[in-house]
Amino acid sequence: MGMMTVKKLSRMLREREVSSVEVTKSYLARIEQRDGVIGSFITVCADEALKAATAADTLLAKGEGGALTGIPVGIKDNICTAGVRTTCASRMLERFLPPYDATVVKRLKDAGAVILGKLNMDEFAMGSSTESSYFKKTKNPYDLSCVPGGSSGGSAACVTAELAPFALGSDTGGSIRQPAAFCGNVGLKPTYGLVSRFGLVAFASSLDQIGSFTHTVEDCALVLNHIAGHDPMDSTSAALDLPDYTGALTGEVKGMRIGVPREYLGEGIQPEIRAAVEDAMKVLERLGAHCEYCSLPLTQYALPAYYLISSAEASSNLARYDGVKYGYRVSEFKGLNDLYEKTRSEGFGAEVKRRIMLGTYALSSGYYDAYYKKAQQVRTLIGQDFGKRFAEFDVLLTPTTPTTAYRFGEKSDPLAMYMGDICTVAVNIAGLPAISIPAGLDRAGKPIGIQLIGDRFAESEILRVAHAYEKETGHDAISPVWREESV
Amino acid sequence: MSAFETVIGLEIHAELATRSKIYCSCSTAFGAEVNTHTCPICTGMPGVLPVLNKKVVEYAVMAGLAMNCEITEYGKQDRKNYFYPDLPKAYQTSQYDLPICKNGYLEIEADGKVKRIGITRIHIEEDAGKLIHDPYRGQSLIDYNRCGVPLIEIVTEPDMRSPAEAKAFLEKVKSILEYTGVSDCKMQEGSLRCDVNLSVRPMGQKEFGTRTEMKNINSFSAAVRAMENERERQIDLIESGGEVVQATRKWDDVKGESSQMRSKEEAHDYRYFPEPDLVPIVVDKEWVERIRRALPELPDARKARYMSVFGLSAYDAGILTASRKTADYFEQAVQEGASPKAAANRIMVDISALLTEKGLEEIPFAPVYLAKTLALVEAGTVSSTAAKKIIEALFEEVKEPAEIAKEKGLLQVSDESALVPIIQRIIDENPKAVAELQAGKEKAMGFFVGQAMRASKGSANPAVIHKLVREMLKK
Amino acid sequence: MKIDKEQVRHVAALAKLRFEESELEAFGDSLGAIIAFADQLNELDVGTVGATAQSSDLYNVFREDEQKASYPREVILANAPEQCEGCYAVPKIVE
Repeated sequence: MGMMTVKKLSRMLREREVSSVEVTKSYLARIEQRDGVIGSFITVCADEALKAATAADTLLAKGEGGALTGIPVGIKDNICTAGVRTTCASRMLERFLPPYDATVVKRLKDAGAVILGKLNMDEFAMGSSTESSYFKKTKNPYDLSCVPGGSSGGSAACVTAELAPFALGSDTGGSIRQPAAFCGNVGLKPTYGLVSRFGLVAFASSLDQIGSFTHTVEDCALVLNHIAGHDPMDSTSAALDLPDYTGALTGEVKGMRIGVPREYLGEGIQPEIRAAVEDAMKVLERLGAHCEYCSLPLTQYALPAYYLISSAEASSNLARYDGVKYGYRVSEFKGLNDLYEKTRSEGFGAEVKRRIMLGTYALSSGYYDAYYKKAQQVRTLIGQDFGKRFAEFDVLLTPTTPTTAYRFGEKSDPLAMYMGDICTVAVNIAGLPAISIPAGLDRAGKPIGIQLIGDRFAESEILRVAHAYEKETGHDAISPVWREESV
Repeated sequence: MSAFETVIGLEIHAELATRSKIYCSCSTAFGAEVNTHTCPICTGMPGVLPVLNKKVVEYAVMAGLAMNCEITEYGKQDRKNYFYPDLPKAYQTSQYDLPICKNGYLEIEADGKVKRIGITRIHIEEDAGKLIHDPYRGQSLIDYNRCGVPLIEIVTEPDMRSPAEAKAFLEKVKSILEYTGVSDCKMQEGSLRCDVNLSVRPMGQKEFGTRTEMKNINSFSAAVRAMENERERQIDLIESGGEVVQATRKWDDVKGESSQMRSKEEAHDYRYFPEPDLVPIVVDKEWVERIRRALPELPDARKARYMSVFGLSAYDAGILTASRKTADYFEQAVQEGASPKAAANRIMVDISALLTEKGLEEIPFAPVYLAKTLALVEAGTVSSTAAKKIIEALFEEVKEPAEIAKEKGLLQVSDESALVPIIQRIIDENPKAVAELQAGKEKAMGFFVGQAMRASKGSANPAVIHKLVREMLKK
Repeated sequence: MKIDKEQVRHVAALAKLRFEESELEAFGDSLGAIIAFADQLNELDVGTVGATAQSSDLYNVFREDEQKASYPREVILANAPEQCEGCYAVPKIVE
């Protein structure tokens, strides 16, 4: 049925060309057929989905419901769903059944969306390839020998493989944008505070933000309309009057000032990706925007600062997994300390343990000032860096990733893996919104993503530019070749 | 005279009198069935977030103002990380370097002198859950009902020099927290707890000695016992050539001794860092003033007023104002017409004698009954001793004091016509006493009053007897 | 930056993690490499720049002191690996 966007499905549902139950069944069938290869779902909740679809059809039949009513969605498995296990792709939470919905899940349900299931990810969102999942590997639909990126690899792969028309993920240092780039779809990390974090299992509380994966920028704006907004359950949630984000998609970028920081195009950036950014500058110039190179001098320090801050917060956030209240508990132990240490050592995978150790070290007595506090000071400077650029530019344009998707096992050295986050982490440190959009394929046929970064709460600006670029290039229409072969 | 001086600092935890917990809307009520006042937030489930109870900040500021503290304009909350089963998140949300209040003091009276005790800081934090040790199953059980109940921690300077001073300070803090309504201070429910930091040093030495921290103290009297015991223990150690080890100790009030929990080397590394899930607390001047205006009259001010307006002694005024409930009771009785001195005496002597268990706060009848009882004495309707009996009766059943007096035959007979025949009979039957009185021996009057009281079964008004005896002998 | 076995053990104890003797060295190496990488922050003179703990500028976010119903106990305890008499259960704690 071709690439199915949320917008198109929504129209078909409201015009009763199809029912939500039919749509849901067809996605469930495709999951059945295709996800054995892709491996994007940890849990499929067919029964709940069909029930929700039936309820949506009742509404639609009455001419009620909104843009998401009856539309299936996949949810990253670190976003809590009442009564549906939420594992964070960890042995630690293999059987955890939250008694509550995350606020975003509640919003989606209230909007009539149909939750198909829970998506694979790096364990506790720590990773950039989804390889650290306790359960399975997720494959890149464009090249099954390659990773889908991470940590929201399941979310990215499932949208590209058309196992759901859209999906939610979370982004702490690039975990939405990087897999969106690897899998060739649109991934938005909203401004910190725009989307409620209540019910998102915390990795690094001051950096985490929920966002979406969609086929198009238009779908992205549509979904954002439904997930953004103030939540009294999240103290860091912004209380703002929000626009209709689809209203920003005018195709008009004339006179917009777009900065391209040189530091993002330096050594280690795959030439085809650099070319894609340069090409995007030309496209946007052609559309009437002013593109100009600029500088973000502290860029190289964002990565170490990010790893210190995120690991420090993670070491505290993940301390609650101790085998007492929920989750994994080792079967044999001698006394409380043994219970704690064995449970945590067996329940967590290597990368999670590494981050907990790094974070504990950075906060420990004698090292706090040199590492954690220093990183927070650098954070201040990075924020100021961006502040200066946004005085001059409306939007910044960069690559999303230094390379396109790599093979499984290729980044076995943790530092090499961390280097892949070089284009995305500064955005989280400064709490900014950023979107990754498809910019064609490299010579190996793997997707390239480019990133547009906006000032705080300037989602409309980046969506406007992203949309104009997408319209002009038609990159959104690219889809993996294997799809036709296996459907 | 000991050759050693004791140095004491206190860390006092008080549970705040909010309806809901600090970060979620679960009840703070004491005594519920285990784990029934819990939710995903206060049991630390994955993905949940805290939202600060505004009242917690207001109560902390109120306590700070009442204890002469500076209020921090820009404050934040921090995580204190450690693993223990009573702490479901494995961190306690507290305040590290920017507490809500700092640099305050309270004045106490010690050895008849006023002494100022410095308060280093007051910060807000969450209480932990409760562990129930089951010796038979070899298990410990966890109840999270108390987990997330808001606390303030009051940390003092090492300004106290004896257990008696520390006790006076604790009583002062308790009284202020009660006055302001910040805490109900029920030690038996654990809503007021304290840890004691104590060291000794030879008299005249400037440097502090090595201190220990004493935990698990459940009452003021236990605090005094723990401090006395620890002082002796440290002095004995030093005198026998040993050294005090900096350590946390646990007080066992039944055994009357402490044991070491952990030494400094094993001390926790709490890895404090700013709580990213909660935003800064900004208490601007306007907010501080709003809270200051809402502060009730504090115990010291009330005591001074009782002395100047009601003419009470410092001692009486001090006792009456120690608890706000007692002071309020006293004032209401005065408002209902009781004489301040009489009301004060009745409360401190007669009523307090009947309240040994529960304390002065639990008087079962309204102040108006005390005022009415005192009015009966004033009018000569009942005697002073009868008033005590009425008060006792009021503890049994609350009803009109006049009615009690009538039922119990406590009314004084002031009716002269009823007394004249009685006195005439006594005069007739006791010529010797008559002669003595007429000879100027005033002691003999006592005999007449006694006889008349006996004959009237205690209901005669002694003043009336006096008057009648004199009049009738003149005739 | 070299993180020796003793340091790894100390940090692991704080984090309640346990590593086999054979893992300690390799883990210390990988941790050391990351910390060495983080040490490049020392190139920056941060002077007296304030630390940013949060990327929002919000302050004074409160809830009113309103008590609402708690969760049913069986719901709260449903995920507990071990429970007893309405409580979470852990091995006996010796203080």
